[in-house]
Amino acid sequence: MATFFDINLFALFGQLLIGLINGSFYALLALGLAIIFGLLKIINFSQGALYMLGAFAAWIALNYLGISYWWALILVPLAVGAFGIVIERTLIRPIANEDHLYSLLLTFGIALILQGLFTHWYGSSGLSYAMPEALKGGTRLPFMYLPNYRAWIIVFSLLVCACTWFMIEKTRLGAYLRAGTENAQLMQAFGINVPLLVTLTYGFGVGLAGLAGVLAAPIYTVSPDMGSNILIVVFAIVVIGGMGSIGGAIITGLAMGIVEGLTKYFYPEASNTVIFLVMVLVLLIKPAGLFGKEA
Amino acid sequence: MSTALKVESNREKLRINGLHAFYGESHILHGIDMTVNQGELVTLLGRNGSGRSTTLRAIMNMVGKRTGSIVINGRETLNMASHKIAHLGIGFCPEERGIFSSLNVEENLMLPPKVRSEGMSVEEIYDMFPNLAERRKSQGTKLSGGEQQMLAMARILRTGANILLLDEITEGLAPVIVQKLAEVLTKLKERGLTTILVEQNFHFAAPIADRHYLMEHGHMVAEIEAHELKEKTELLNTYLGV
Repeated sequence: MATFFDINLFALFGQLLIGLINGSFYALLALGLAIIFGLLKIINFSQGALYMLGAFAAWIALNYLGISYWWALILVPLAVGAFGIVIERTLIRPIANEDHLYSLLLTFGIALILQGLFTHWYGSSGLSYAMPEALKGGTRLPFMYLPNYRAWIIVFSLLVCACTWFMIEKTRLGAYLRAGTENAQLMQAFGINVPLLVTLTYGFGVGLAGLAGVLAAPIYTVSPDMGSNILIVVFAIVVIGGMGSIGGAIITGLAMGIVEGLTKYFYPEASNTVIFLVMVLVLLIKPAGLFGKEA
Repeated sequence: MSTALKVESNREKLRINGLHAFYGESHILHGIDMTVNQGELVTLLGRNGSGRSTTLRAIMNMVGKRTGSIVINGRETLNMASHKIAHLGIGFCPEERGIFSSLNVEENLMLPPKVRSEGMSVEEIYDMFPNLAERRKSQGTKLSGGEQQMLAMARILRTGANILLLDEITEGLAPVIVQKLAEVLTKLKERGLTTILVEQNFHFAAPIADRHYLMEHGHMVAEIEAHELKEKTELLNTYLGV
């Protein structure tokens, strides 16, 4: 067995890989939350349920409709995004001017309803999604075995995060989003259709959750509570990165995945709590988050 | 003949009748009336809290509730969303200037979409405000107060807006910059732009304005033509305390 200063490199790299994969999902989900929080100023509690919806949609598409993984990767985020747009227009918009507590409760309620519906239809034990043929197998690296699908998750989600970051930070549409985050009312007085921007932003943010759901389906159990399990961690990540910070959400998501992986290797007992410990420390030292702007 | 008619009907750019405006429970404007014609520079004078800024914000539909009538270019806008009103050719420069800190100078400048075709080009704007050209990559809010004001003005000139609503643009600025702004406003007037100026600095406004509306407690209390200023000094003193 390859050891180096008493470190089992196989196990360490194995945990690092798991950490990176979890981090990829954290990053995608935190990114969606951050975008939505930035412009709508609401904490979207249904983000986890929409991630679950994405996974179930991929499963249903494959098993009932024969839609392949690759098509699901495109169609499911669009469908989840469209579902989000309907929610925004019919439920969130009417209470947009009320206290943000209402929208928080509303999105939490939506999450519970979705979770309840899928438990009712498919039970709570979970389903498995067949791995796409092209991504089966793996590569043997010096210190680890890298399954192709896991490599794909990391590369693809990083690519999606990078494109989203570029779109927000470097394009004109992104400038609208950033400016709208600061002062939506003035943006509208400049002639920008802010209500439409809000709808599209919400649709895009939850579309990212749907995409994460499709990516997760082949390696995680597709079950109704998969979203609520991950959401709490993702909230901690958004807090650590700084509410509404786009780059912060991505970097913190990946970093916390890795921190979690390392903790699993060095001190497994703390692996479920380490992210919350980091959150407490960050809140004590830098309350606006690592990448957030001080209010 | 038909062109003459067209010019005649185009003269009135903005007409406000019996406008009431509310912020939540607070009733701010109590039935104001005013008219602004093509190419005019009109000021709203009054003490702090007299409702001048609210008048501009009400025109943009940025207050809680409005009743009455606001006709812009012949179109009733009371039920129009803010962004649709902007596209009638209005450029709004808010009192707090509204420079976005997450955008650099150039992004701030390019942010508002064009609302009419004949806006100033970026070159013309940088020519008019050379400081902005030098600092185009700086974060918007890192500029000095004067430069931020120039940027807030430049931003709406690029959009082609031909009705400008300017809220306290000289507030807290050095005399040399106030002088520069007066030159800019005079140039814009020569180009035929229509301007409503909320102004505290009467000495800035008096030489460049065509008319003044005097506000007090959400009412229009007087309308003064530029040539009547001398004889109505006392009235102004009463309301402005200058």
